[in-house]
Amino acid sequence: MKLLVKGGRVVDPASGRDAVGDVAIEDGRFVESAAGKPDRVLDAKGLVVAPGLVDLAARLREPGYEYKATLESEMEAAAAGGVTSLAIPPDTDPPLDEPGLVDMLRRRAEALLLAHVYPVGALTVKLEGRQLTEMAELAEAGCVAFSQADAPVVDTQVLWRAMQYAATFGYPVWLRAEDPWLAKGGVAHDGEVATRMGLAGIPAFAETVALGALLELVRATGARLHVCRVSSAAGVAMLRRARHDGLPITCDVGIHHVHLSDLDLGYFDSQCRLAPPLRSARDRDALAAGLADGTIDCLVSDHTPVDEDGKHLPFAEAEPGATGLELLLPLALKWGMQRKLSLAQTLARVTLAPARILGAQAGRIAPGAPADLVVFDPEAPFRVSASTLRSQGKNSPFLGVELAGRVRATLVAGRVVYEA
Amino acid sequence: MPRNPQLNANGELQHLLSIEGLPRELIAKILDTAESFAGVTERDIKKVPLLRGKSVFNLFFEGSTRTRTTFEIAAKRLSADVINLNVAASSTSKGESLLDTVANLSAMQADIFVVRHGSSGAPYLISRHVKPHEHVVNAGDGRHAHPTQGLLDLYTIRHYKKDFSNLVVAIVGDVLHSRVARSLIHGLTTLGVPEVRVIGPQTLIPTGAAALGVRVFHAMAEGLKDADVVVMLRLQSERMSGALLPSAQEFNKHYGLTAEKLARARPDAIVMHPGPMNRGVEIDSAVADGPHSVILPQVTFGIAVRMAVMSMVAGGA
Repeated sequence: MKLLVKGGRVVDPASGRDAVGDVAIEDGRFVESAAGKPDRVLDAKGLVVAPGLVDLAARLREPGYEYKATLESEMEAAAAGGVTSLAIPPDTDPPLDEPGLVDMLRRRAEALLLAHVYPVGALTVKLEGRQLTEMAELAEAGCVAFSQADAPVVDTQVLWRAMQYAATFGYPVWLRAEDPWLAKGGVAHDGEVATRMGLAGIPAFAETVALGALLELVRATGARLHVCRVSSAAGVAMLRRARHDGLPITCDVGIHHVHLSDLDLGYFDSQCRLAPPLRSARDRDALAAGLADGTIDCLVSDHTPVDEDGKHLPFAEAEPGATGLELLLPLALKWGMQRKLSLAQTLARVTLAPARILGAQAGRIAPGAPADLVVFDPEAPFRVSASTLRSQGKNSPFLGVELAGRVRATLVAGRVVYEA
Repeated sequence: MPRNPQLNANGELQHLLSIEGLPRELIAKILDTAESFAGVTERDIKKVPLLRGKSVFNLFFEGSTRTRTTFEIAAKRLSADVINLNVAASSTSKGESLLDTVANLSAMQADIFVVRHGSSGAPYLISRHVKPHEHVVNAGDGRHAHPTQGLLDLYTIRHYKKDFSNLVVAIVGDVLHSRVARSLIHGLTTLGVPEVRVIGPQTLIPTGAAALGVRVFHAMAEGLKDADVVVMLRLQSERMSGALLPSAQEFNKHYGLTAEKLARARPDAIVMHPGPMNRGVEIDSAVADGPHSVILPQVTFGIAVRMAVMSMVAGGA
């Protein structure tokens, strides 16, 4: 099978290529140039051709939460969003703490042939923060890293041992930095907005206190730490110093947190109930800047489909999370425009950088690499609405908002999985 | 940000959800309307027909005898039919959602929902899902707002002090958890009170309180100095000892209002309390029952204020 993506503006952050040209694909991989007549030609004239997006946090809700979303619905959403590789956090029900479960999930997801999936295993059994999981078995079943998703490891002795154990075998540990005691009961950023609204706050130092502990444990254990969903300006500053000191850490930020702040809670909009909480405008600006200067490696959708019942509740009782797979590209583009970055620099945060963290051969248009590709119109506007989202989760703070950047085609390993 | 959900397109009161965002003129109109009802409550026949044929549903997801009763009396004096629902004990314990409960009651032809809920913002959620002719009156939501209490506090202050433009108002105690304090602060700042103070230990003052337009004090002696109005907040018993406070006794020692502490305020200062009081904790009996206290008149004014609010949202007054 030979495919030619013809006449698009090819943007490849890995090589720095940004020029109009063709991309040739043969047997699911990129090739230098097409030999002979292609079986299919995809006309990309006037469109951008880029590596398929890599998303480090996409909850597909299986197993256990099929009423919120299914593998089918969410992987179709990924394809529609141009996301060709995704890491699945372990907070399923039951959590991804058993090799059999991981194996089944991976097989079922891969059978759909819509995206490459990378399960992230639970760091502790049932995510309870007490007993280590069988990490080697889980890694064999396909887990690329170990995480607690949004669940804390309250006992720092367990956290220390988990990081030591993971470091022994070189497994990356992906953790959110949030002190469970300081965050206890909180539902919004502890600041003027939460005070005015009478919402229990999660102070920014809930993040930095936990981050301080994590960084010390990295120093002590040598674990490869990926910090998930940094949310505060002070957190970004700590990470900047730690990276300057040469600690083996990477980190990501969610799409909502570089664009929104607690002011967007408006009149108790439960679509803005997120974990971590949306913080102040100053925090948002520091996150957007940190992502630009490389302190933060990549942008993630933190895709969390929630059903209507989970959101039609008073703010504090609403389930945290927002759908994101289909908004990752437009919101990355919006961020890049605001920071006045080139398209290649912008796309690097959702392709090359997360692929490196995954250790995957994705996120680049290079001969021999799997032909994962997104073809999109960066300027085409669309209004985010429940009817246009393919994800079963219709929950987004961006509902009703006009964004730019529409995917025209998505290819996974040379197969066209989405076309519009 | 969407339009203020409690005002209709003409800027009139559609719901009462919070004092925040109410224009100064509208607050004044509510207080004036309440004043006109004050006469009614002193008459032999304590009824006006403004809400005749209308149904007021008291929807209390959180227990409260006093507030519910005053709403009930106010509605009855407006000739409305009142249905009291203790939702905390019925449908929600059977797993029915908040919006299902409201939809069911709406099908029973409600005109006004008086809502108390433990979660901040719950009345906003309800107001987004009721029919255009239905009105929501917030009777207290979480820590967020208790607008009719705030309005009756404003009414009380206006009654005794006449003018807001030259006052020092001190609010004392558990500001962190107090919807009463938040509502009153918004009201006072909107009406142009030059100095609103909050007094309490750091543990009971919310983050960024100054942004509400108040001065923060931690010592009673300074905070009460030359105050015209002293508002004592109720300290919930579950907060009297734990991570926020060591004991009720120690709180009383520093922040309990005694005649001695009150002497720092102006000689004609009034003392208010939203009730129910913890005598000997936030307030001494000598003060609660003393000459500065206007705590019982507050209760009386509360009925007129609630009549005003309900007649303005649903009676076209």
